[in-house]
Amino acid sequence: MSDFTADEMMTIAASRALKGSDVCFVGIGAPSAACNVARLTHAPDITLIYESGTIGTAPDVLPLSIGDGELCDTALTTVSVPEMFRYWLQGGRITIGFLGAAQLDRFGNINTTVIGDYAHPKTRLPGGGGAPEIATSAQEIYITLSQSKRSMVEKIDFFTSFGHGDGGDARARLGIETRGPTLLVTDLAIWKPDPQTREFTVVSLHPGVSPEQVQATCGWTVAFADRLEETPAPTPLELRTLRDLKARTAAAHRGEAGRGA
Amino acid sequence: MHEAIRQGIGDLTLVRMTPDLIYDQMIGMGLARKLVFSYAGNPGVGLLRRLRDAVENAWPAPLEIEEHSHAAMANAYEAGASGLPCAIFRGYRGAGLAEVNANIRSVACPFTGETLAAVPSIRPDVTFIHAQRADRKGNVLVEGIVGVQKEAVLAAKRAVVTVEEVVDDFTGLHPNLTILPAWTVTAISVVPGGSHPSYAHGYYARDNAAYLEWDEIAADRDRFRSWMEQNVMQRSPDDFAGRVAHLRIAA
Repeated sequence: MSDFTADEMMTIAASRALKGSDVCFVGIGAPSAACNVARLTHAPDITLIYESGTIGTAPDVLPLSIGDGELCDTALTTVSVPEMFRYWLQGGRITIGFLGAAQLDRFGNINTTVIGDYAHPKTRLPGGGGAPEIATSAQEIYITLSQSKRSMVEKIDFFTSFGHGDGGDARARLGIETRGPTLLVTDLAIWKPDPQTREFTVVSLHPGVSPEQVQATCGWTVAFADRLEETPAPTPLELRTLRDLKARTAAAHRGEAGRGA
Repeated sequence: MHEAIRQGIGDLTLVRMTPDLIYDQMIGMGLARKLVFSYAGNPGVGLLRRLRDAVENAWPAPLEIEEHSHAAMANAYEAGASGLPCAIFRGYRGAGLAEVNANIRSVACPFTGETLAAVPSIRPDVTFIHAQRADRKGNVLVEGIVGVQKEAVLAAKRAVVTVEEVVDDFTGLHPNLTILPAWTVTAISVVPGGSHPSYAHGYYARDNAAYLEWDEIAADRDRFRSWMEQNVMQRSPDDFAGRVAHLRIAA
């Protein structure tokens, strides 16, 4: 078995959750890497959609921005942004919305807007972009982020995107019919919401990770499943695919590769 | 936009879903009074640091913000182009923005009773877009990731389009391409490289290195000001062509 980093394990574990039949609305960053590893390994038929309007895109390098030209060059079709949000997202065509987070709570609510008070923020973050509606219009939501007490908090400072609110049937009470967050993949573990409370519960630890490590890097008291599994280590194919993708991406973003020729 | 900065045109309300480096520059130069936006990041890099400094520290001037989601703004541009007063869509459910932005309201569907989000349509005084080409009559062709460019032009009272080049005519092209008829456009200006550091589909690639570099330039007020002096204040529109020379797509 080859060596791998916690970050690589996170991306690969997240990629495994995606199926060839999925229509996936992809966030930039870690979600984008996971979605493209899935496409390049076990799910070649997956439909990847970026909110800039590209449907069925297959980029050779990870885009720095959702507006990168390569997404359009390799897409089945590219639609306008109003059409993307109206027909495709609001219209219910998206099976998985794949989001990252600056702050996350135990119920899968996400903050990417501000740290501190909204009117007088300690730190102004970029904001929600497409996420507020992805969180409620995609049929289900996968979340990926690296664990830290700063990012996984008891109480988020701002509800950018609604997960399971204060738990239980919070979505149904707001008239939201989609399933919301059903999977959280971190650099240490795989989490799924409890069927009743909807609190994210650790169901699988990545190889070599202890429950204490998971708790030490999480700002709430972690719930663990009665029967904890161990996440299978990355296969050589998965690791090679991810590393090649990252290397191509790094070269392209430095402006080294002769792209678009 | 750089010309607007050179002329010091200020007290502006800027509207864009993803305010990019150019908005970071205008805000950092103190020309913006208000920003309407839905994602204020340097995509894939981090934050827009001049915008952040204006919001957190009111430097160099206070900046009023009206923050939306992408879905809301996309719908609002479309409503503007459609001549409607507001956009209605299924959105903002459980979202904190609805509590801090008074322009996010709701309506009940008169047929089903469903509660839907409503935001005012976007009707800019003037829209600026960059497109691939114009023909001799002033019709404009936009292709690639078309975004909200068509809606932004049709929603505005006046529209200015910068283009990579002017061609004789559009004969023989695909019948469903996005074309803005000349009579929807107020003025056209030929500025090759005009979308730098972004890209122009079919002409040149995105200058990702410039976005990464901007993160360092904009991190410091003095470095930002001196960069603006050297690269904007003392330059002209003709300089854009040189900036994309190394990004040109081989024919």
